[in-house]
Amino acid sequence: MTSVLLDPTGELQPIERYPIKKVKSLSGLKLGLLDISKARGDVFLDRLDGLFSEAGATVFRYKKPTFARPAPIGLIQEIVGNVDAVIEGLAD
Amino acid sequence: MKFTDGIIVVVKKDCPTCLLIAPVLEELEQSGKEVSVYYQDTSDFLSVTNVIDDRELEVSYRLNIEIVPTLLMFSGGKESSRLTGWEREEWRSCLELESLGEDLPDWRPGCGSRSVEPEIIDVLEAKFGNFDFSARKIPLPLLADDIEYCFENGWTDGLPVVPPTQERVLRMLKGTSRAPNEVLGVLPPYSIQCTVSKVAINAVLAGCKPEYFPVVLAAVEAALEPAFCLHGLLATTWFSGPMAIVNGPIRSEINMNWSGNVLGQGSRANSTIGRALQLTVRNVGGGEPQKTDQSTFGSPVKYGFCFAEDESTSWTTLSEERGLDRGVSAVTLFSADGPIGCVDQKSREPEGLIYSLAGTLKGINHIDMANGSDAVVIIGPEHGRVFDNAGWSKERTVDALQSALLIRGENLGMGTDPEVASKEQSSQSEKIAKFREGGLTLVRAGGQAGLFSAIIPGWIMKGAPGTDPVTKEIKL
Repeated sequence: MTSVLLDPTGELQPIERYPIKKVKSLSGLKLGLLDISKARGDVFLDRLDGLFSEAGATVFRYKKPTFARPAPIGLIQEIVGNVDAVIEGLAD
Repeated sequence: MKFTDGIIVVVKKDCPTCLLIAPVLEELEQSGKEVSVYYQDTSDFLSVTNVIDDRELEVSYRLNIEIVPTLLMFSGGKESSRLTGWEREEWRSCLELESLGEDLPDWRPGCGSRSVEPEIIDVLEAKFGNFDFSARKIPLPLLADDIEYCFENGWTDGLPVVPPTQERVLRMLKGTSRAPNEVLGVLPPYSIQCTVSKVAINAVLAGCKPEYFPVVLAAVEAALEPAFCLHGLLATTWFSGPMAIVNGPIRSEINMNWSGNVLGQGSRANSTIGRALQLTVRNVGGGEPQKTDQSTFGSPVKYGFCFAEDESTSWTTLSEERGLDRGVSAVTLFSADGPIGCVDQKSREPEGLIYSLAGTLKGINHIDMANGSDAVVIIGPEHGRVFDNAGWSKERTVDALQSALLIRGENLGMGTDPEVASKEQSSQSEKIAKFREGGLTLVRAGGQAGLFSAIIPGWIMKGAPGTDPVTKEIKL
């Protein structure tokens, strides 16, 4: 494994990575809620589901099999393919 | 790095001669000499006082040690003498001692220093050497996968790339005598100065060996010639990408393919040289698909397209045709789409092959269009023999093809060229050349079996408003 790479580009872009564009409106937004399988996460996400739905978003619910491991690739692809933004629920 | 006056000896346990002279080092110390012993692997065979760890090999690298043991004398802050291996009389004379290593053999050669082992020297140069070029250093995030990181940064053509570490880039730069900071030209579309070192980084990404690098540099230089019109070619909605054809002795020196599967996969040189050019265009110039590259379909050519010409025939080679001597290595760049096969398993005379090739060539762009794309016709060995046996030169073959490709104006309804269109209107029976003069290029390549030739059409925008082929000598 290497530690330093040399930039192959014309160096017009900064190296830092930027977050994706912020969501400006909830109306019509396809929003994913990902339960990571921590205890009582569903209670918190149920409440969020209600609030976001009231505000005009269409909510899609997802759940990881275990919080201890990264989400399965199939689940990640399903989320990426279906929603505009996703909220990961963490609780204990 | 400065060294105090006295004696320095560099050793490694892995070297039998170093083991042999370990008692000599003790003798030296007992005689009152100041001795510093640097070890490259382990010190457990040394019993002198001043033993210094050089397992990182920095001292060995900075002292340019090639053989162990090496004995160096420093006086006035400078190296005054250097001995390698063990030769008793030499050591005695240098150290001004009458007796030394009495029980040892007279002479034993040394071993190679760890600091010059092939894989290690590149690491040491990257770590301790003086970089004479500028490229942003990007620290890899902790635990990140280097190949995935290259994907995430958008540095690839969709296939994995070789991560461009400093060691690999330095190794690539050894493939040329040109200065790393030399500017080759300004790359479109974002008008970025393209240096030798930026091309080297992309040649690493592409998987090139350092010995391919002069070919890559010549290809980039050819692409930067205004006549090649790289900006238009990378941005066009048409299918084309650059195609590099290599001539001269470098073909065999770097193991290029000009025979079976010549346009396909399998040869590292063929596959990576064209890819290095395309990755340079993408990464340095910024020519990314569906951004500035607006190609409707693209083509597999755009991953990189490079092959060598078969120079074993009696025909003039491509680079000779373009003005260079046969012994000169050169690369010629064309705009190119994918190959179109032409099969003729019946003709045993050149005239029959001309008919077949012309028939296939007529369909390029549109059967009712003249003066569109140029084309390269790669004559396969079995077709080539028909021309050779009849004594037809390349020039005669091109002339015969051009004559067979004169089309009556009334049959051309798809012309976009105003000159051609006016001919269509003024004289319906006038014959119009399917290809402009010089627009058909013939080369020889391919596997021994198969009565086929391959036709490579180019970008429909050719000539002054578009692209022309460019040849560059390959300089080491």
